Amino acid sequence: MKIGIPKEIHPGEKRVATTPEAAEQIIKLGFSVLVETGAGLAANISDEDYKEAGVEIIDDAKTLWKSADIVMKVRAPELHPGLAHDEIDLLSQDGHLISFIWPAQNEALMQKLAAKNATVLAMDSVPRMSRAQKLDALSSMANIAGYRAIIEAAQHFGRFFTGQITAAGKIPPAKVLVIGAGVAGLAAIGTAKSMGAIVRAFDTRPEVKEQIESMDAEFLLLDFKEEGSGTGGYAKTMSKEFIEAEMALFARQAMEVDIIITTALVPGKPAPKLITEGMVKSMKSGSVIVDLAAEQGGNCALTEKDQVVVKHDVTIIGYSNLPSRLANQSSQLYATNLRHLLTELCPEKNGILNVNMDDEVIRGTTVIKEGKITWPPPPPKLSAAPAPQTEAPACADVLEQQKNSLIPASIKQFIPLIIAGLALFGIGSVAPASFMAHFTVFVLACFIGYQVIWNVSASLHTPLMSVTNAISGIIVIGALVQVSSPDVNINILAGLAILIASINIAGGFLVTRRMLEMFRK
Amino acid sequence: MSHSLVTMSYIVATILFILSLSGLSNQETARRGNYYGMLGMAVAIIATALSASVSSYVILLIALLIGGAIGARAALKVEMTQMPELVAIMHSLVGMAAVLVGYANFMDSSISLGGVEKNIHEIEIYIGILIGAVTFSGSVIAFGKLSERISGKPLLLPGRHWFNLCLLIAVIVLGGLFLHQTETGGGSVPLWIMTAIALIFGIHMVMAIGGADMPVVVSMLNSYSGWAAAATGFMLSNDLLIVTGALVGSSGAILSYIMCRAMNRNFISVIAGGFGTGSGGEAAVVEGEVQPISAEDTAQLLLDAKNIIIIPGYGMAVAQAQHTVNEITKLLREKGKKVGFGIHPVAGRMPGHMNVLLAEAKVPYDIVYEMDEINEDWAHVDVSIVIGANDIVNPSALDDPNSPIAGMPVLECWKGETTIVLKRSMASGYAGVGNPLFVLENTRMLFGDANATMQAVLKALKG
Repeated sequence: MKIGIPKEIHPGEKRVATTPEAAEQIIKLGFSVLVETGAGLAANISDEDYKEAGVEIIDDAKTLWKSADIVMKVRAPELHPGLAHDEIDLLSQDGHLISFIWPAQNEALMQKLAAKNATVLAMDSVPRMSRAQKLDALSSMANIAGYRAIIEAAQHFGRFFTGQITAAGKIPPAKVLVIGAGVAGLAAIGTAKSMGAIVRAFDTRPEVKEQIESMDAEFLLLDFKEEGSGTGGYAKTMSKEFIEAEMALFARQAMEVDIIITTALVPGKPAPKLITEGMVKSMKSGSVIVDLAAEQGGNCALTEKDQVVVKHDVTIIGYSNLPSRLANQSSQLYATNLRHLLTELCPEKNGILNVNMDDEVIRGTTVIKEGKITWPPPPPKLSAAPAPQTEAPACADVLEQQKNSLIPASIKQFIPLIIAGLALFGIGSVAPASFMAHFTVFVLACFIGYQVIWNVSASLHTPLMSVTNAISGIIVIGALVQVSSPDVNINILAGLAILIASINIAGGFLVTRRMLEMFRK
Repeated sequence: MSHSLVTMSYIVATILFILSLSGLSNQETARRGNYYGMLGMAVAIIATALSASVSSYVILLIALLIGGAIGARAALKVEMTQMPELVAIMHSLVGMAAVLVGYANFMDSSISLGGVEKNIHEIEIYIGILIGAVTFSGSVIAFGKLSERISGKPLLLPGRHWFNLCLLIAVIVLGGLFLHQTETGGGSVPLWIMTAIALIFGIHMVMAIGGADMPVVVSMLNSYSGWAAAATGFMLSNDLLIVTGALVGSSGAILSYIMCRAMNRNFISVIAGGFGTGSGGEAAVVEGEVQPISAEDTAQLLLDAKNIIIIPGYGMAVAQAQHTVNEITKLLREKGKKVGFGIHPVAGRMPGHMNVLLAEAKVPYDIVYEMDEINEDWAHVDVSIVIGANDIVNPSALDDPNSPIAGMPVLECWKGETTIVLKRSMASGYAGVGNPLFVLENTRMLFGDANATMQAVLKALKG
């Protein structure tokens, strides 16, 4: 089947849905790849690079949309005001489309695509499962957005991030507050930290505390108990009391920090307003706010989508296309995500797309199948976050079995002692004196052995075995005292025993020596 | 030499043997300990040879020289990876010697005892031969399993516990018969039958034990060989043999106990054989996808890491990869990385097996850590490399109560940043248990022969 990659027409969109490296892999799966001329230019990929990877370059969009069986894009299809065509109209009847769709927000688009009898896979609907991580484009884009957010902030911030003490005076380090520690938030924390800033982070989900601290940032604790984890590893809307406590925390922090990065999103809802105008006013002049939720209305009351505005001496950055501002990198990651999806869709590597609705990952990603809207999918079986621990039934069984034992545990532990005592009593009552003398020696020797061996270092267990092996060759003594017997049979047996035991003695000691020579500092 | 002088020499030898074992408590004194052992043995042999009871030296000297030569040759030739086999076969020799000495003593008519003393003496012979024969046949099977001449899979006969019980009862009945017959000077027939039963018992016992339990078996046989020597000592009324046998016996018993504890197994259940026979429900099936990695990417990961832990297992011994691993370790340490080794107590096929291999490759022993030393530090580890190990890094031992290895302490490498697992294929470990570690997100699989892949990593690190 032919896969077509058109040039993105959304204003300011610089990404492209495949790279030469990814295309090469896709061709190996049995597909042929068509790319519209100039599609990769904004991401620094020339048509020649594509050609080298075996990609066919198509001169205009209409031909490309018509000849491709599968179209892969970054943005959802749309009508470009400057160009004459609507991408939805270009999609061929019964065609396949893979791109970001946002089905919840774009109902009209979904209806139109369904009318085309198309099969549509939405990269924003990839279920959050371990297996699907390699095709999770939201995460890979969020990672870039988090990085870029810090870079944008640095550009508009008038000072260093790192603290320095120079001959010209002391420079305090910048203080960065990251709200929402999802993928983007963690990427922002990592970037800010590596530039030398003091980073604090807040999230409603307590399980991310560890992740934040693993990045060396400070986790801001709220004096309030409420679990903020929703299904699928995303956050949920919190109660009124919680939000009040949270806002108080932000208000205190706003006076102190220089840069705020907000990434708070709740799936399918407008972004929560976390930074009020009053908080912006209280910030030091020259401070920067980067609002990663600008697309969904912004976490800051003063954010203007796709604009950089300065209000109350604070720069507020509302870019919604941060991944596109790092076009080459994000194209590469997005192309790899798509390639992994194609690998899932084409397990036989024969170039035929198989939308297997029994596969949980493909089921979740597919939003329209042959004209039938299949969104939203049934809830995922597994959450990315660990499920709350429940009591394991198997453990309980074992405990019960122990309780039902006939003899109570307190008596049980004395049983070996009782048996040993009885045995000793039995031997003592019949054994002659000569035996008892030997027996005394035997028991004392066992005791010495017990004391000595516990001190042996674990790394020397093998030499210990070989040396005890050599020492147990002491049995040769028994043979030695018998070898001079007048009976020939005994002589032979004893001679054999000496031979065997001396193999042991020589072998054991020498191999121990060899091993011990090797242990060195 | 007078009798008192011989006894005095035996006391000296005994003390030297104790010093020898206590010398092994750390690396610095271990070599000295070994020399004490040699000296003790020499004192004991010379004193006995010069004592009044020895008069013919021809057989004695010839046997000593031949045996010594064979032993020395074996010791100098053996590969360090074959240590478990060597140790196992040497245990069988002790067992065999005990049997021979027992028979010789039985045939010796010069000993004149009466009443209870005679009975006790006969019982001592009987028990000495019994333990010796079990040690012998068990060790031969252990040798076969370790050198892969016999399959490592446990051979489980139906009703094996009843079979063992029957053998035990037969041995006791024969013992009674033997005592009864010796009163009239006979008794050789029950003795022969008992020896055969003991041999069968030894074979059956070790055959039923799986390869993963081999460290327990080897140390248990070590213990048996000691008890065989001690029984011989009782038989001959020789305190030196009793003391030495008891030392070796308790040493092996403690080692077995340490190994069992390291696997969270009950000693009895290991000996009774079979894996996980007592567990309740089905163990969770491992599902997921493994993520392969190339040698070049592994090298890159290592170069980016600061703190690296290497976990060797039996696979490293099989592939003889320890030298390559040492080269990589040296290179990484020169580059300023912190490299350490994490050794699980039952890694390999005998206690301390991995330490010996690493020492052979000249890995400095102060960067080789035990499991308990390292299990708290995983959060600081950037990359851990698992070389040919499986069950000792299996997370289901901790979190799946139905797993056959549930409760066994393991090296928790998955708590580190990234784990790279070197494996020949996706086969399960000796315990036959699936390993969820392989499908974790932060695990990468590097497939192939351990030595070949480590060579490739080394090349990539240099280049």
